[in-house]
Amino acid sequence: MAVSAFLTDASLCIGCKACEVACKEWNHIPADGFTFTGNSYDNTNSLGASTWRHVMFLEQPTALGPQITGTEDPFRWLFLSDVCKHCGNAGCLEACPTGAIVRTEIGSVYVQPDVCNGCGYCVVSCPFGVVDKDHEVGTAFKCTFCYDRQREGLMPACAKACPTQSIRFGELDELRQQAQIRVQQLQERGYNDARIYDPEETSVAGTHAMFVILGEPEAYNFPPAPEVPTIHLASAWSAALISALAVLLVVCVAFAT
Amino acid sequence: MAEPMHITEERLEAIREEAARNGKVRDPGMVPLASPFPKPAAATSYHGNPVLKPPTWTWQVPLYFFVGGVAGTSALIALVAHLFGKAELVRAALWIAFAGALISPPLLIADLGRPARFLNMLRVFKLRSAMSVGAWTLVGFSSAIGLSVVCHELALAGYGNTWLLVLEWITEIFAAFSGLILASYTSVLLGVSAIPVWSENRTLVPAVFLAGGLGSAVAVLDLLGFLVPATQFIGIVVSTVETIIAISMELRGRYVDRPLREGATGWLVRAGGILAGPVSLLLRIFWGHNPALRYLAALCFVVGALITRYAWIAAGRVSSRDPQALFQLQREGNKGIPGA
Repeated sequence: MAVSAFLTDASLCIGCKACEVACKEWNHIPADGFTFTGNSYDNTNSLGASTWRHVMFLEQPTALGPQITGTEDPFRWLFLSDVCKHCGNAGCLEACPTGAIVRTEIGSVYVQPDVCNGCGYCVVSCPFGVVDKDHEVGTAFKCTFCYDRQREGLMPACAKACPTQSIRFGELDELRQQAQIRVQQLQERGYNDARIYDPEETSVAGTHAMFVILGEPEAYNFPPAPEVPTIHLASAWSAALISALAVLLVVCVAFAT
Repeated sequence: MAEPMHITEERLEAIREEAARNGKVRDPGMVPLASPFPKPAAATSYHGNPVLKPPTWTWQVPLYFFVGGVAGTSALIALVAHLFGKAELVRAALWIAFAGALISPPLLIADLGRPARFLNMLRVFKLRSAMSVGAWTLVGFSSAIGLSVVCHELALAGYGNTWLLVLEWITEIFAAFSGLILASYTSVLLGVSAIPVWSENRTLVPAVFLAGGLGSAVAVLDLLGFLVPATQFIGIVVSTVETIIAISMELRGRYVDRPLREGATGWLVRAGGILAGPVSLLLRIFWGHNPALRYLAALCFVVGALITRYAWIAAGRVSSRDPQALFQLQREGNKGIPGA
């Protein structure tokens, strides 16, 4: 099967949260409860064990491209639906000690719920802070990329429910091209800070959920240069080896004298 | 309840006049007391929310880190003591290591929730996952130390023969080396993660955990009454190492290390370092000949090492909540110290 992908576009999102609702309904995810965060219209705050799509609301003192707001200070209200990035090289998958997290034939990163034992190592290994442990069930959860639907030839629930095509679903290579075309289009129309968020240069090796964003990635809590933690395996184990040799030496000296 | 704002009738008239004259009111208006009014700001993160998820581990996990450290290094002490013919120490060290191996699985299972879940760890072996390496190490270590204890006790009970002796040596050697992995893999586990304060200290944490493990193992031997020169020597060396680490922590200027120096977690790190470092060291050097004070030194070290384990997990939790620690590292490495 071809490698499938998401392209989520901040310039098209209207913040309706249809993707969140569709995701919850299709996947039978429990509600997040009614909490008022005060962070614009966002009351979920981040992705988590029970939030696999998360619509962000950004209020910024910047003009939205050539748009005229009629207010004295420039202002823009941005929305973006965040999701698991399904990394090309995934920190959660590398960390998982049970083999519960696997790479599927559609290129996505999938947590097998019956295999996961809730050790929590994927939670601290995700450079995007996506996967989390559900404390009632005791195992880890995140976006499945609607693996069940995709195997039947259906597009993910969120993409299907999106009324503005802000969430596009398709083949990875094709969407990578589409993202570039879209950014070029936006810049030609005066949206000068339009850019692609898809860290291809780092050890994450690109994502299967790319984003078209306006402004800096940090404003969306996207790490500017995410790395897979396992790039540090060699240095950490080397330090452990050196310390262990020192321990061996100290104990031998202690008993020899 | 805040004092209600007193808007006089004159003020309302003034607002109406201004609106009538200019078509709008320029005055920013009143800001209700004690309520942060949402204002668009050039945000450097998404509403200051954390980027990363905090560790989900329960209180049993840092305790397991500690127990694994003591058990693993005890197995090494047992082997070396055996090599140098310190028979009475061998037995005690073997039993300490065995006790640690018995306590560890329940602690891990308490975090996982159900006993059967531990078995999921043994479906696969992944060299790239420190958690997988650790789970298999624990199984290997426990088996080896269990056999060592059985062989040792059988020999003491008079059932010794050549085969038993060979088996005891093999299992002791295996337990000692898997013990070193058991005592140190937990530090690699933290170092190879996305949490900035752990990841950026990945070459330091192994030294902290192994020194703490070894020092606690000899402290337990001390507390059991083995006030021998060897445990005193090891105690002095590891407390010196702890002292050096504690001092170096205070001298660090990196933004990413703030949870290790500041706030509640900073004090926790400091408390652990001082107890296992200078306090224990001074007690051993100056009053080491006094059994009561040597017990105290041992106790201080154990408490300090235990606090240190909790402090590192807590510091990771604080670090995961700070988006700037992550952004700053990824944007410019460790050079700048914004807001420090």
